Amino acid sequence: MTAPLHEPTADAAPSPAEEAAVVGAEAKAVQGRSLGRIAWERLKRDKLALAGGIVVLVLVLIALLAPVIANLVGQDPESHHEDLIDPLFGTPTGSLGGISGDHLLGVEPVSGRDIFARIVYGARISLLVGFLSAIVAVILGTVLGILAGFFGGWIDAVVSRVMDGLLAFPQLLFIIALVSVMPNELLGLTGTGVRLFVMILVIGFFGWPYIGRVVRGQTLSLREREYVEAARSLGAGRFYILFKELLPNLVAPIIVYTTMMIPTNILTEAALSFLGVGVKPPTASWGQMLSSAIDYYDSDPMYMVIPGVAIFITVLAFNLFGDGVRDALDPKGSR
Amino acid sequence: MVRGGPLAVLAYLIRRLFAAAVMLVVIVVVVFGIFFLIPKWAGVDIATSFVGKQADPAAVEGIRQKLGLSDPIYAQVWEFFKGIFVGRTYSGGGDVTECAAPCFGYSFRSEQAIWPVLTDRFPVTLGLALGAAVLWLIFGVAAGVLSALKRGTLWDRGAMVVALAGVSLPIYFTGLLSLAIFSYGLGWIDAEYVPLEDSFTGWLGGMILPWITLAFLYAAMYARITRATMMEILGEDYIRTARAKGLKEQVVIRKHAMRSTMTPILTMLGMDLGALIGGAILTETTFSLPGLGQAVLNAIKNQDLPVILGVTLITSLAVLIANLVVDVLYAVIDPRVRLS
Repeated sequence: MTAPLHEPTADAAPSPAEEAAVVGAEAKAVQGRSLGRIAWERLKRDKLALAGGIVVLVLVLIALLAPVIANLVGQDPESHHEDLIDPLFGTPTGSLGGISGDHLLGVEPVSGRDIFARIVYGARISLLVGFLSAIVAVILGTVLGILAGFFGGWIDAVVSRVMDGLLAFPQLLFIIALVSVMPNELLGLTGTGVRLFVMILVIGFFGWPYIGRVVRGQTLSLREREYVEAARSLGAGRFYILFKELLPNLVAPIIVYTTMMIPTNILTEAALSFLGVGVKPPTASWGQMLSSAIDYYDSDPMYMVIPGVAIFITVLAFNLFGDGVRDALDPKGSR
Repeated sequence: MVRGGPLAVLAYLIRRLFAAAVMLVVIVVVVFGIFFLIPKWAGVDIATSFVGKQADPAAVEGIRQKLGLSDPIYAQVWEFFKGIFVGRTYSGGGDVTECAAPCFGYSFRSEQAIWPVLTDRFPVTLGLALGAAVLWLIFGVAAGVLSALKRGTLWDRGAMVVALAGVSLPIYFTGLLSLAIFSYGLGWIDAEYVPLEDSFTGWLGGMILPWITLAFLYAAMYARITRATMMEILGEDYIRTARAKGLKEQVVIRKHAMRSTMTPILTMLGMDLGALIGGAILTETTFSLPGLGQAVLNAIKNQDLPVILGVTLITSLAVLIANLVVDVLYAVIDPRVRLS
């Protein structure tokens, strides 16, 4: 919280602006390192959280490299392989849903699309929606929460009422409704693009009050602290105090809530696609695969198990990592 | 335990009811906005979606008149609320449709009033939500309390691993798994919904898997929250005081710690129960239960606005009432809370 003393070097006297920038950068570096280092050291001891973090990294790589991975096994998520389908029942021939050397996780009933490739591509949808909607929620929640907590008065009243209202809303219902009324073309996007865009915005919109409440509460208590008063008495402007004094101290709770929000968002995306209002075939999404698997839960159980396990592993990894981050950043925890 | 006398309680209740009423109006206006303004802005004619794309222009015009779709939005919202109390007559395109009070709208797609749809489906959803809530409260809270008391033991770790897995499993996956295993694989349960008035055992049989699946998810959430809350409370000063004055540990836990632990649990219960009564959409879809959630999902897919409006209103009402009940219970359970 205290800026390190800055000793100007004798040979080059920096301009005041440069000097301020240097001080700012050093202050940030020191602060970031200490907060980050404590948290990182605690996180390193938490084996489960580390395992979760590694799985998350692997999943991000899988999502980024989906075309490469699918190419490696010589499959793509949308070609049909009807020759592998039993014409009578519509289910894959062979055992365990058609698992073979060519099709590592088998093929889908009826169309015979390769499940491995679809799972790999499905990771893109899950993570894209999970991360981006969390970012939407964090930006909205942080800005509105900090404004409400700092300025109080009518701003606080309005923001708080809106947050209460949104939290009492039948959310899933409204998310479904909003996603389903969207037109097929919007802002130059079509089909899956529109649905992804709308899902990200809507899930993020309903998520911000959770972060907003925490940020507001923290801001309320932080703005009365001595160091804020000190800054104010030195003549610091409101926005300087907001962004330079308060925001850095809100980083920890924001990180915690963000990591806990991502798995929830991934589940919401999967649920929407499961209900048939999210991503639609032929685009691969785990929720949509589970939804088509309903009709085959007795004749081809593997078709249901594979996307279900994919969702489970992903959400579990994020939850483990999120729990670890929360414990690591908790000031009450043992150091 | 409610302090401030009966007048204060009454004033509080009136204030809360007023806020709830305002919230309901906001919700109805938002639903109208979503289903009337967004399509209009996107250039889609709603009237066509009510009668089908191949309908002749006269029929479309008739629907538009009947539903008052050309009226400004505030007039439509007003007509909707008026209908609830005095009933509503839809006329246009040469014929007249009566909808008796309480008229929550009329679906021109399925040609039926909404109120009977709601009353038909409400018991299914209510039964599902209440049954599951009993299960998850018992098991979730018990597991959480035990974990907090036996912190760090094998039991604690085991329970928390199961709970973490529980919150990471989507309900439509556990639901399908349980159907595949218990209904299809082992043949123990005939997972077919039977109305309660037809057969009690049939109803139980149809509800048991949905109950357990739903309760598993929520029990996992509640166990985690209960454990965290309980551990925090066990570190409070008043617990130390209670122990210091020589109370038995059992009394400290039961009378002092449990009471404050239940406060956040109750808040969650109010919200979750309200949301579930509002439509356990995922559970009902997975198990094909003919409840409100399934009705509203079908309505959304068909763009059947009157059904969506009716269900949304009922469900929002459920959420608001649940929250109100919880707030009042708060004051009863936690002596630190006063109605203000």
